[in-house]
Amino acid sequence: MTSINSFDFRKGRLSRYCCDAAFKARSRKGSMKNSATVCLTLAMACLFAIGALAQTSGGNAAASGTGAATEAQSARIAKLEQAVADAKSSGDNAWMLTSSALVLMMTGPGLVLFYGGLVRKKNVLSTMMQSFALMAIVTLLWGLVSYSLAFAPGNSFIGGLHNVFLRGVGAQPDPDYAATIPLQTFMVFQLMFAIITPALITGAFAERMKFSAMTAFMVLWSLVVYAPMAHMVWGKGGLLNASLGGRFPCLDFAGGTVVHVTSGVSALVCALYLGPRIGYPKEAMPPHSVVLSFVGACLLWVGWFGFNAGSALSAGALATSAFVATHFGAAAATLGWSGAEWWKRGKPSALGAISGAVAGLVAITPASGFVSPMSAIAIGLAAGVVCFLMVTKVKSMFGYDDSLDAFGVHGAGGTLGALLTGVFASSAVNPIFKNAQGSTLASGLLEGNAHQFLNQLVGVAIAWGLAIVGTVVILKLVDITIGLRVSEDHEMQGLDLSQHGEEGYSWDSPA
Amino acid sequence: MTKVEAIIQVSKLDAVKDALHEVGVEGMTVFEARGHGRQKGHTEFYRGREYTVDLIPKAKLEIVLADEMVEKVVQAITTAARTGKIGDGKIFLSRIDEAIRIRNDERGDSVL
Repeated sequence: MTSINSFDFRKGRLSRYCCDAAFKARSRKGSMKNSATVCLTLAMACLFAIGALAQTSGGNAAASGTGAATEAQSARIAKLEQAVADAKSSGDNAWMLTSSALVLMMTGPGLVLFYGGLVRKKNVLSTMMQSFALMAIVTLLWGLVSYSLAFAPGNSFIGGLHNVFLRGVGAQPDPDYAATIPLQTFMVFQLMFAIITPALITGAFAERMKFSAMTAFMVLWSLVVYAPMAHMVWGKGGLLNASLGGRFPCLDFAGGTVVHVTSGVSALVCALYLGPRIGYPKEAMPPHSVVLSFVGACLLWVGWFGFNAGSALSAGALATSAFVATHFGAAAATLGWSGAEWWKRGKPSALGAISGAVAGLVAITPASGFVSPMSAIAIGLAAGVVCFLMVTKVKSMFGYDDSLDAFGVHGAGGTLGALLTGVFASSAVNPIFKNAQGSTLASGLLEGNAHQFLNQLVGVAIAWGLAIVGTVVILKLVDITIGLRVSEDHEMQGLDLSQHGEEGYSWDSPA
Repeated sequence: MTKVEAIIQVSKLDAVKDALHEVGVEGMTVFEARGHGRQKGHTEFYRGREYTVDLIPKAKLEIVLADEMVEKVVQAITTAARTGKIGDGKIFLSRIDEAIRIRNDERGDSVL
């Protein structure tokens, strides 16, 4: 016999689904007959539910006479509920798997082309190889241990070892993370973020780091910097987790702090530690193919929809909101950078335009699921102009060789975006903060919650601190053991030949 | 026999080739070259850094001729390649000791 409590619960859920589905059926374009049939079936199901409830509400005495019928009805209701849940799950899972693929595409070929085109011809393959190798290395590391360190329950700073070797990560959803998709989907989606984050850093030490040293560095960085930061912002019990009751709830929808600030700041540290390329800044080292970078940037823009809208972890209105904010942010930033360049230099360059788009995408990342399209435009414009200044003025002022502007775009853009999230976040877009009674609280500064800006600062500060300390320690360690930089001869020869024994282009060969 | 080396603007290559065919030149070798005389280059701008490009693309032709043909050919080249501005290019003449046809070991002026 089923208890009254669970029956009540099921009836409540069922009527909600009935009404939802019936409404959708009526409003869908199609034959009247189809809509009518669906309505009728669902109405009958509702009637059964009500009937069944009436039968058992008297307690056991009333139920005993019609026991068999009740059993059959509750079985049917259970099946119906399962079907509805499966349908919702299907939609969410389809989007999440697609998003995961889009985010991987951001690394390869997005970043591979973007970075590859920016270096000199003799280093094109080695630059591409660095990102590609991470697609393989980080994947294995994630499966073996770093997924667990990021997302298994642990303490405020790091996860535990509960999910090592992906134990417990299967078809069952984890309602704390994403209630309608298998945990395995969540895991693989997060994996793509874990891959692209270290790949971004390669831009800072391009054209002079040993491949062996890079792989060692990245394994350690993933464990020491990425996993803790991901845990703090997105993991259960994380110090900065806004959805799961962190002590300093930091709004970071898709990884402004976790991905861009950590990688961008680490990139700056690497650039300072390794020193400039031979010949920098006197020798001319223009990009060998802005065309490749252009294609890469376009792939990044499209892929970013998976990065941001996928972070909704479902296929509903929040995903749409994040998708739209992402797109508007990118567009505004393109105009911001190009406008600033046109004004300062007299000509808007193609490289400037695509750099602007990337800067905007970086800045909108933490804000994407919390801001309106108009706010996204504001954030994008700011990012375009600020990153333009970072890359053109600030870099030459301080004289560091951040070869591909990983800090100028990701570090600076990510920091700006994370702080502006505290300004523009709106509960009308995403009611993330609720009080004990369940009513919605204001999200950001413009809405009346000035305190959130401070929380954003905490998140950004922790990202900066972790990145700096972690990166310095790892660089030192790898330097003492393997050595970080290639020899002068190898650097002059080009890393394609010296590290990989290959040439990117064989156009000069006869025939 | 005389070798005529002509460094010209890339945009004038087609015009010069046509002019050479018209005066009866049947063989030539063309190179893609970079260089400059008194012509200034241009600046390019990438991510905040200025790059001066002062090796300008040029086309270089090499033709080996019988001495009687040389003046006619020089005239044809200069007429076709001239724009009147700095960067038009230069022609150099040098003596050639011998010419050999690979196909049949032929030597001398008839090879040209």
